[in-house]
Amino acid sequence: MNKVPNNKAWWLVLPVFILVAFSALIPLMTVVNYSVQDIFGPGQAYFVGTEWFEEVLGNERLQASLGRQFLFSAAVLFIQIPLGIGIALMMPTTGKRASLCLILLAIPLLIPWNVVGTIWQIFGRGDIGLFGWGLNQLGVDYNYTANTGDAWATVLLMDVWHWTPLVALLCYSGLRAIPEAFYQAAEIDRASRWAIFRYIQLPRLKSVLVIAVLLRFMDSFMIYTEPFVLTGGGPGSSTTFLSQTLTTMAIGQFDIGRAAAFSLIYFLIVLLVSWLFFTAITHLDKQK
Amino acid sequence: MAEIQLKSLAHSYSKNPSGPEDYAIRQMSHVWHNGGAYALLGPSGCGKSTMLNIISGLLQPSEGEVLFDNVKVNELSPKDRNIAQVFQFPVVYDSMTVFDNLAFPLRNAGMPKARINAKVEEIAAILELDNVLHNKAKNLTADEKQKVSMGRGLVRDDVSAILFDEPLTVIDPQLKWRLRRKLKQIHEQFNITMVYVTHDQLEASTFADKIAVMYDGQIVQFGTPRELFENPNHTFVGYFIGSPGMNLIPVQRTETGVEFDNIPLIIHPDLLRHIDASTSSNIKIGIRPEFVYLSNTPSDDTYECQVNYIEDLGTYQIVALELGSRSLLARIDEDQMIEGDTVYIGFPRQWLKLYIDEFLVEGVAE
Repeated sequence: MNKVPNNKAWWLVLPVFILVAFSALIPLMTVVNYSVQDIFGPGQAYFVGTEWFEEVLGNERLQASLGRQFLFSAAVLFIQIPLGIGIALMMPTTGKRASLCLILLAIPLLIPWNVVGTIWQIFGRGDIGLFGWGLNQLGVDYNYTANTGDAWATVLLMDVWHWTPLVALLCYSGLRAIPEAFYQAAEIDRASRWAIFRYIQLPRLKSVLVIAVLLRFMDSFMIYTEPFVLTGGGPGSSTTFLSQTLTTMAIGQFDIGRAAAFSLIYFLIVLLVSWLFFTAITHLDKQK
Repeated sequence: MAEIQLKSLAHSYSKNPSGPEDYAIRQMSHVWHNGGAYALLGPSGCGKSTMLNIISGLLQPSEGEVLFDNVKVNELSPKDRNIAQVFQFPVVYDSMTVFDNLAFPLRNAGMPKARINAKVEEIAAILELDNVLHNKAKNLTADEKQKVSMGRGLVRDDVSAILFDEPLTVIDPQLKWRLRRKLKQIHEQFNITMVYVTHDQLEASTFADKIAVMYDGQIVQFGTPRELFENPNHTFVGYFIGSPGMNLIPVQRTETGVEFDNIPLIIHPDLLRHIDASTSSNIKIGIRPEFVYLSNTPSDDTYECQVNYIEDLGTYQIVALELGSRSLLARIDEDQMIEGDTVYIGFPRQWLKLYIDEFLVEGVAE
């Protein structure tokens, strides 16, 4: 019997298509539209083709910003992922202490981002901030507004404080999902603590780690508010990350065309790196 | 390899047990001798798994001592007890291959690589896992996973004992039988103490030399399959072992013997003395269906009985009878014919058992 093709069913996809169009495609297309034009004012727009893209790719200020951005995200992942796993492993598994730990961990996640920036801005000050004052009293020459190293350390510390709990909570939930039988079997098999982590816990954390790595990469790669409030991108441009560069370009300088081209490239980089992470982790042990 | 001794052992899962009903294991002592193949048989929830976990060290007993070769091991972890345990449901390390799974306990013990390879290959061959040896354990069937689980216990030939917690539950019947034979072979080959928990009497008697029957948190009898069959120590053993289980009838003492429903039974004078010595009114007689004498004609020691139905099971028949208000079962040969609705049954003396407070009494009373 031949199947009768009935393409009317395609109409059922229409609502989703409209929804996606409004939520993603149409806004994105306006950016694409800006990126190929030079706009001087209302009614004064000229088609420039790929000029903005070429310009943006060769822009040294942007390249430096991109470099800082990669460095920052790499540092964030290298610190927060192992630290988050470590915290999750050390947390109590049951009872009131477990609930208390969960609440304490969740607090930084609930604080608005600019408040986080403000907290650390004050916390790190040498005159009235406990952290900065304390370091200075210990004889450490610490000043995040003047010293590039200190500024970086403070931004990283702030991000670690703010976001490691997310990684820890994800890993904690992953660990709780491992049946007790595995630990019993491992104990019977005389596995060391390390072997239990390496062969039982880590493989079973894989799926939550994919989420943790992707979320932390995307968030850190697009970070804006916190360093903006904390250091304003300084000293110099040492903590100016991509979003801030972009915002300055688009709103400060009203350089819409260049900023649009830059946004698209930014978006593609995020997409590409996320895809790489996802593919790498999910194919980690897929032989046979 | 070790002799495992349980001394005044008891365990309760509640912190403040108030009575015997709070105990998963009631106080008991028991010895598993070195190199024996034992089965721990009992219904679900009787404390079998609890006892196994206490022996392996996954669980700390609330009272009493566990001794390995006369050394107290209560505080030692399973790791230090050097004991293997196979669980009811397969546990495989799914990020590893079958080979790595089997090698895992050996690597943890720091065995040299060449010996690990030899040992893993030997066990894989016995368990017929050689063709999947280098596959990921994640993709195995349930049967294979359980074989891997068992294999991890069997590769270690220096263990104090191997404990099996109903390991063949998820395995299909054909393979079940083969694996049980394999375990038996391995036992004969390596002479390791093995304790095998099951609720299946057939499984217990094909695997074990001696069976411990557990009921309500206690080992009520420990003996060979034949002893359990011929001389059940406790009414539960009588009922649980054998197919169908023992006929048990509550009786009262009369001047000349015992009776139920005004049917007098003549029992051995020694047994009567036991009843007289006891203050309990919980007296039962028991007889296995196999030993009920059945005839179409009356004689001196027989009782007239109603036949309710006959079940033909191919190689034998089960006859359901009614004596007084009691139902009884008798097991007879395939070729024995029952005529009509009335038969005459007898209870041969040597097979008629007496139970006071559920426990068997034998011989001459003090």
